[in-house]
Amino acid sequence: MAGKPKLHYTKGRGKMESIRWLLAAAGVEFEEEFVEAKEDLEKLRKDGSLLFQQVPMVEIDGMKMVQTRAILNYIAGKHNLYGKDLRERALIDMYVEGTTDLMEMIMLLPLQPPEAKEKNFALIIERAKTRYFPVYEKVLKDHGQQFLVGNKFSWADVHLLEAILMTEECKPDILSPFPQLQAFKGRISNIPTIKKFLQPGSQRKPPADDKFIAQVKKIFNI
Amino acid sequence: MSGKPKLTYFNGRGRMESIRWLLAAAGVEFEEEFLETREQYQKLIKDGVLLFDQVPLVEIDGMKMVQTRAILSYIAAKYNLYGKDLKERALIDMYVEGTADLMGMIITFAFTPPKERNLALIIERATTRYFPVYEKVLKQHGQEFLVGNRFSWADVQLLETILMVEEKEPTVLSKFPVLQAFKARISNIPTIKKFLQPGSQRKPPPDDQYVATVIEVFKKD
Repeated sequence: MAGKPKLHYTKGRGKMESIRWLLAAAGVEFEEEFVEAKEDLEKLRKDGSLLFQQVPMVEIDGMKMVQTRAILNYIAGKHNLYGKDLRERALIDMYVEGTTDLMEMIMLLPLQPPEAKEKNFALIIERAKTRYFPVYEKVLKDHGQQFLVGNKFSWADVHLLEAILMTEECKPDILSPFPQLQAFKGRISNIPTIKKFLQPGSQRKPPADDKFIAQVKKIFNI
Repeated sequence: MSGKPKLTYFNGRGRMESIRWLLAAAGVEFEEEFLETREQYQKLIKDGVLLFDQVPLVEIDGMKMVQTRAILSYIAAKYNLYGKDLKERALIDMYVEGTADLMGMIITFAFTPPKERNLALIIERATTRYFPVYEKVLKQHGQEFLVGNRFSWADVQLLETILMVEEKEPTVLSKFPVLQAFKARISNIPTIKKFLQPGSQRKPPPDDQYVATVIEVFKKD
């Protein structure tokens, strides 16, 4: 047994991408086994590997973990990316829940019916510009520190960078009103583990294309 | 300032109910402010009290906490309902995420147009995806509680979920004898027993008026 965590998911971003980001940021090498057809999912289910019949599933430290947030919480806790006490944890949790909500809107966009896509895309941009990014801009401006919480690199910083890059893929100039976030993006992208993850050839996955969406719909019956 | 946590939300279950359950289970008294009008909501936003312009909001220990999961995690940890180590935490997190998914289906049910509602799917998920898991966990270790032989957030949320699904289908536990015993056992814990009595801060299932209030408050201009 390699001891490396093993990720079970489709070969794309979806709900597993934040987990890939966090493991990479923590400098943890991981393996991946891809669900490419319905049979792969059925096999995992039949083997009793999926607690609630769902992926993501991550084999880590002798556990078969499911539920994205549970997995992320565990990795953050294990690798000291979850603050130093309950209050810092509370801040990190609030911040990552916000970026999760934003990234989930973007993730679901390709699965929306064509007539709803334009409206939902506009809502994503509006939410990013008026509900989410201003919050993180203000947090960084108010305390003037390099990282969101406790003057120390944490899960919240990783998640925010992931959300920024994902939103920029929707609208490249989305950060133009947010100078603090621009500086933050530059800074966090340069952290060695993150820099490595951002390079071609890493396990970071590309945005969903039509072929991938078709595959996902088939595997999950949606 | 009383020092008690203060909850700001609609006068109904929604996303705040799990928080009410957990505080009550921990024996923590709390105050509530109910959102009834659009003006109230807009004032909260203007006052800068809602981090992401959303409720639930819980004022606790000098923080204005938002985001249901963040609030629940904080309460669970503060009151020793989150396991003794990372691995127990991981189990609790997995279990509460499962029950949250099932309860989420029921929360949105009230806001789904009647023609599109799918009660059968909720019951199917309860009886084939979720309840069998918890039945098996309890059966396998034979302990009173889901995790670490000790009362935790996972037990509270599972009871909440069971009762919520039973409201939709009273016989839903008929094939789950271990969950039936669990339900009775956890319901008898003094703090929970108190919360289950009439007159507590537990909220009733959503009715048309509740749905109408929520829609009105969040309506876009």
